[in-house]
Amino acid sequence: MNRDYWQLFTSFFKIGAFTFGGGWAMISVIEKEIVDRHGWIEREEFLDLLAIAQSMPGILAVNIATAIGDKIGGMKGSIVASLGTILPSFLIILAIAIFLTPETIKNNRVLSAIFMGIRPAVVALIIAPVVTSAKAARLTIKTVWIPLVVALMISLNLGVVSNPIIYIILGGMGGYLFWAIGRRKLDKTGKA
Amino acid sequence: MGIYLKLIWAYLRIGIFGFGGGYAMLSLVQKIIVTDNGWLTQQMFTDIVAISQMTPGPIGINSATYIGYVAPMATDPSLSSPVWGIIGSVIATLAVTVPSFFLVLYCSHFIRRHQESGVIKAIFAGLRPVVVGLIASAAILLMNRENFNPHGENRELIISTLICVVSFCLVYFPVKVEGKQYKMHPIMVIILAGIAGLAIYGL
Repeated sequence: MNRDYWQLFTSFFKIGAFTFGGGWAMISVIEKEIVDRHGWIEREEFLDLLAIAQSMPGILAVNIATAIGDKIGGMKGSIVASLGTILPSFLIILAIAIFLTPETIKNNRVLSAIFMGIRPAVVALIIAPVVTSAKAARLTIKTVWIPLVVALMISLNLGVVSNPIIYIILGGMGGYLFWAIGRRKLDKTGKA
Repeated sequence: MGIYLKLIWAYLRIGIFGFGGGYAMLSLVQKIIVTDNGWLTQQMFTDIVAISQMTPGPIGINSATYIGYVAPMATDPSLSSPVWGIIGSVIATLAVTVPSFFLVLYCSHFIRRHQESGVIKAIFAGLRPVVVGLIASAAILLMNRENFNPHGENRELIISTLICVVSFCLVYFPVKVEGKQYKMHPIMVIILAGIAGLAIYGL
């Protein structure tokens, strides 16, 4: 049994150590390792767990590790799998944090030149998913104002009304209300 | 010790409200870590996003680990020993993962039931346009002086804008090679931008 936990840990450690970009990049590697290589769960069950992990807030890769770990080895399994996923990036970033403090970058001519080139590129790397997620969201005339208002309000930096949490709650509630009202209308017309 | 409680509170919120993946989470980190608590400058925040792209693992974990390390020494000079930083890293990383850990363990049944009824789908349909706005706000907030022309020179602004536009084209538009379409990997784009920065500003 302990050997199984060790295998679970090393599997997720490998996944955490070798997938760049997190989230979706990790999912396909997890599927390969857990379903194809070790056969710990069936593919159908994997997709089921993935759907649940996606419905939860937080870090997708950790959520899916928790769900799979629980399926394979209960509470202990989920702790082992989650720690395995987290540990590689934790250790790497900790090492970077210790040696690459903000002062190091500022005081090193070469490093600060490199980062001055990198920063505008990072902005571009974040604009790209804006476009792709806007396409995936299939925005219409009725909904296109939502991202515009959210982006504007948050980037104005006005304290409470610029808090992203407000818009996350409003978005979820809005989706629910729209659905509930639509269903009630459907019920009424159904009866009439 | 107050800093550790603040770190826990900050990252619990990020863990609970972090919907829509790593990039959407950035706007939360920006608001809570950079704007509200000032543990990090806009510049350093941008650098961490770059470092996260170049190292394995989810961006949520990477940012928690890094910020957990620097926050104690940023607020209290007496906490500048690495030990306090490491404690902060552990605390922040655990805080961002713990909420969803328990949600996944104990609410799976609940989620499964409501997935069938359509409630969950409806909530996410409402969240989807918001997530677009969240990512956009993260990008807009980073289009600032610190990142584009830190020394207030026009030359810097022009070079930075060029790097930004070219980088976007490289990651967004696929290139056709022998009938197959390829988009440039973000790591490659960062490396190229770093080389450009070194060539332009460092030599």
